[in-house]
Amino acid sequence: MNEFFKHLRYVLTENPVTLVAGTLFMMFVILAVFGPLIVPYDPLASNASRTLQPPSWDHWFGTDQLGRDVFSRVLVATRLDLAIAVSAVAISFVLGSVLGSLAGFFGGWTDKLVGRLTDTIMAFPLFVLAMGIVAAMGNTVENIVYATAIINLPFYARVARTEVNVRRNADFVLAARLAGNSSIRLLATHIYPNTLPPMMVQVSLNMGWAILNAAGLSFIGLGVRPPTAEWGIMVAEGAGYIVSGEWWLALFPGAALMLAVFCFNLLGDGLRDLIDPRRRT
Amino acid sequence: MNGSTKIRIIAGRLMQALPSVFGIIVVTFLLTRALPGDPAVYFAGPAADEKSIQQVRESLGLDKSLPEQFLIYLGDLVQGDLGVSVSTGFPVAEELWRRLPASLELTLLALIFSISVAIPLGIAAATRPNTWVDQVCRLIVTAGVSLPVFFTGLFMVYIFYYILGVAPSPLGRLDIIYLSPPPVTNFYTIDALIAGDFELFFAALAQLALPAITLGTFTLAPLARMTRGAMLQVLSSDFIRTARASGLRRSTVLYTYAFRNALLPILTTLGMVFSFMLGSNVLVEKVFAWPGIGSFAIEALIVSDYVAVQGFVLAMAILYVLLNLTIDILYTLIDPRVGLDS
Amino acid sequence: MRRRDFIKTMGVAAGASAIPFLKFLPAEAAGRGDTLVVVTGNGPNSMDIQRKGTNRPSYQIAVNLYDRLVGYGTKTLEDGTMMYDYQTLEPELAESWEVAADGMSITFKIRKGATFWDGMPITAHDVKWSFDRAVSLGGFPTVQMKAGSLEKPEQFEAVDDSTFVIKLLRKSKLTLPDLGVPVPIIFNSKVAKANATADDPWATEYLHRTPAGGGAFMLERWDPGQQTVYKRYDDWKNGDLPGVKRVIIREVPSASTRRALLERGDADVSLDLPPKDFAELKKSGKFTINAAPIENSLAAIGLNLTFEPFKKKEVRQAIAYSVPYDQIFKQAAFERGIPMWGGKSFSPETIEWPQPFPYDTDYDKAKALLKEAGYADGFEVPLSFNLGLAQWSEPMCLLLQESLAKVGIKATIDKIPGANWRTAALVEKKLPMHIKNFGGWLNYPDYYSFWVYQKGRLFNSMNYHNEEVEKITDETLHLEVDHPDYEPNIKKLLSIFFDEVPLIPVYQPYLDVATQKSVTGYEYYFHRQLDCRSFKKATA
Repeated sequence: MNEFFKHLRYVLTENPVTLVAGTLFMMFVILAVFGPLIVPYDPLASNASRTLQPPSWDHWFGTDQLGRDVFSRVLVATRLDLAIAVSAVAISFVLGSVLGSLAGFFGGWTDKLVGRLTDTIMAFPLFVLAMGIVAAMGNTVENIVYATAIINLPFYARVARTEVNVRRNADFVLAARLAGNSSIRLLATHIYPNTLPPMMVQVSLNMGWAILNAAGLSFIGLGVRPPTAEWGIMVAEGAGYIVSGEWWLALFPGAALMLAVFCFNLLGDGLRDLIDPRRRT
Repeated sequence: MNGSTKIRIIAGRLMQALPSVFGIIVVTFLLTRALPGDPAVYFAGPAADEKSIQQVRESLGLDKSLPEQFLIYLGDLVQGDLGVSVSTGFPVAEELWRRLPASLELTLLALIFSISVAIPLGIAAATRPNTWVDQVCRLIVTAGVSLPVFFTGLFMVYIFYYILGVAPSPLGRLDIIYLSPPPVTNFYTIDALIAGDFELFFAALAQLALPAITLGTFTLAPLARMTRGAMLQVLSSDFIRTARASGLRRSTVLYTYAFRNALLPILTTLGMVFSFMLGSNVLVEKVFAWPGIGSFAIEALIVSDYVAVQGFVLAMAILYVLLNLTIDILYTLIDPRVGLDS
Repeated sequence: MRRRDFIKTMGVAAGASAIPFLKFLPAEAAGRGDTLVVVTGNGPNSMDIQRKGTNRPSYQIAVNLYDRLVGYGTKTLEDGTMMYDYQTLEPELAESWEVAADGMSITFKIRKGATFWDGMPITAHDVKWSFDRAVSLGGFPTVQMKAGSLEKPEQFEAVDDSTFVIKLLRKSKLTLPDLGVPVPIIFNSKVAKANATADDPWATEYLHRTPAGGGAFMLERWDPGQQTVYKRYDDWKNGDLPGVKRVIIREVPSASTRRALLERGDADVSLDLPPKDFAELKKSGKFTINAAPIENSLAAIGLNLTFEPFKKKEVRQAIAYSVPYDQIFKQAAFERGIPMWGGKSFSPETIEWPQPFPYDTDYDKAKALLKEAGYADGFEVPLSFNLGLAQWSEPMCLLLQESLAKVGIKATIDKIPGANWRTAALVEKKLPMHIKNFGGWLNYPDYYSFWVYQKGRLFNSMNYHNEEVEKITDETLHLEVDHPDYEPNIKKLLSIFFDEVPLIPVYQPYLDVATQKSVTGYEYYFHRQLDCRSFKKATA
């Protein structure tokens, strides 16, 4: 463990970018948890006397068509956007790693079946598949989560399959097998835990993509129900106001979205260094 | 290795793709039938009554059971018939064929942009690993992949067209004042060159610039990362060390020996990136009013045009399979090891 | 050859045969006087208005590329906007017409010398074929013809080449006006028949792609989803020759791009902008904003009577008292319309339609009514709008949601994609509370009632049913406006609308069209499409 922290300190000091990303990440987490408590205005309350105000001391990010405070809405949206991404990634992580591990461990027709499934998903234009799923299953946040989870599933399944496959016949596994462990037990207690580090890297890299996907879906009008604040839909709604000069409506939620994705991607990169410096490609 | 082995490998790859294609057909069929809205209602038009809606339902075959509909669909597919789009009234195959060149032209140009930025960045990073150069490269490509295309696209239009007036109006493939060149390849830039019309060529290129940059930026990261990784591996290998020790020029070592050997994994990534782009350009097409198949798919999904969505997804999947096949073939041709151990 | 020279030659030649090779439209974008550049959100999906599945923007093809027997006159509104005059019909393909003494038939004289684009004379036989087609195809054209009591081919007779007779099933004030709507257009029947097949006797496949008519414009180019280009038909005889030689209609999905194109001078006419943009463009004073209230149309809130609380009239009235009319009008509609609230009395003084309903924002009254109905604690209700109209209906819903909360009603907003909207709102009629914007083509309250308030009608998304409304609507629909029974009946009808409020109007929307100052001749039509025939453009 001590080794790990030493390495962690080395990575962070050697790589200030990761440090910045980590700080940003903490900030987003804090905002997601406490955002609704610290907003200066009610993010849903309209105010007829203050519509479309440019950024000012009272309204840092200006106000929208209904006089709602954009700053408050951007803050509050953090929770929803992160929640969508986290739950989507969690679902695809769990499902994908289980399917992938089984495929890698048992091989044979299990492997074939899982392989076909992931191939089929991968052969779809992924964003369009997500759109189709949300359109077909109904216009809700849950369905955005499911759709995002489904299109991410193959990545986890593939990583897990490779990692398990490599370790299937490793010495420590053979030893455990000789000790009389059942296959499933073997997989669950000895092999699967070893696949987690590379999977974590995948998770972090995937988070950014999941946020972008969810925002893209709500940008084209699928998913989030008004008046809920969400970055993607705020950009979509603000888009109509850019030309008339009300740039703040789209800029701030867009920037928040960008920053969040950026931070996840950098973090994923850093995490990769942390877990295995040689793997960094 | 002789030619017939290679053909057998290629045929094998093709056979491997078949189950996926069938899976796609089934999934798409089920998904599109679950789309909300009744196509018969849409098709019957405004002011239609129950009776005419029922008529339309029967004429579209929507009154039959799902398995029956699926068999009919399969039968049509075998004959190359993708059906008639509910919303546009044109055969889907015709629609896709008309729009595919627009998407391909955009994707290819984006890819060229992406390659010409990402590979130098990747090489630069690989030659000076863990220095500030490496860090900056990493920051740039990560920033690129973090941009929501719909957001950056909008702001680029605002700044370059509306404020600065340097970019042409975001009106799709050509500005209002131009008519398309006589079709040969249906890539406007190439057709304009064939027609010897340079003004038109630049006009088409100008329309392409913003969407291609938006799309290309998004794919810098995987390409640059792969280049960096592959280069690092090659640079630390024995034969490079030998080459260096034998006093060859640095640039010769780098580009002639190292880069060439790093090409293979880069090529694989390129294939993945291309198919990824083709799928992810739907949003870019929407923002830039690009008349490609992506914007067609979005429109179709929004109006629940199940025939069009079905056709689009199938076409994309087949394209994906073909692309992977091409890469496999290229791989087989380039790399002598492939084929011997399979 | 250099481009400019090329254009000059082409411009002089103006030969249709050379068009496919034309690389450059002879117009410096919006700069030249004979080409009109229009940007719009959606383009046509068919060249045939009578085909099944043809979208609304395709109606412009019927308007500009085809002739009807009659057209409408023109009147000028106070602010200078021109609009069609539904009270005067003018000759188009028919030089003149005469109603028989018994009022049961109309005889039309076809204009001498009128020809189709291919030079063939337009005859009464073409009219007969076209009308037969409209009543036989089923769906929209047939229903629209039926509104004018034009129901079966036996009613139409081509006596000779220049005499066409319609036999009437009943006397109706709607018959003649219905001949001026975009549906009963005259096809070149010889061309159509030559392209018909046994399976497709009305040549729907051919006419879907290729127009065959004799209207003021011909089709030069159609790239579905991108642009439609019209070219003037210089031998057109059925009206004044259009003021522009060519019209380019470019589809630009993004509303803000359409605005930018107008502001940067790349487009002459910009359609389908959100109300806010029209308000701002008007304020800037740099453009002409043609605004006409859309006749017989209301932006309104529909209350579905299958939803338990809305079965009670008190609840419906309570909702009508809790709508933040003024706020919606200012913040969602940007005042691009005519207020439809704050009427004085529950018994209408005139038969003007639409006219303000006697409601105002009054939360106390609303609460009292809810209490009376047994809903003092309110209830929950989904509030739906069509995603395609989000620009104004979304803010409208949000404001409404806030206001309803003040009287204890909890509304959750559902946005429904366009395609699903028709099914959910109009066919299945299952949306409890929803935003409506229906407008009737023929401008009579009884016509509105026919589509919106009568039981089972497509646009009666409220599932409203009232025996008296049924009776009055049936009685007045074909009655002449100056008939002594008309006015008292309509007043009674309106008072029922007021009192029962299954539909709560908020405002009558404007149809706004923004043009460059150099462009004149825009005229508002009930079908809301551009009639490019009247446009003129000053040379800069």
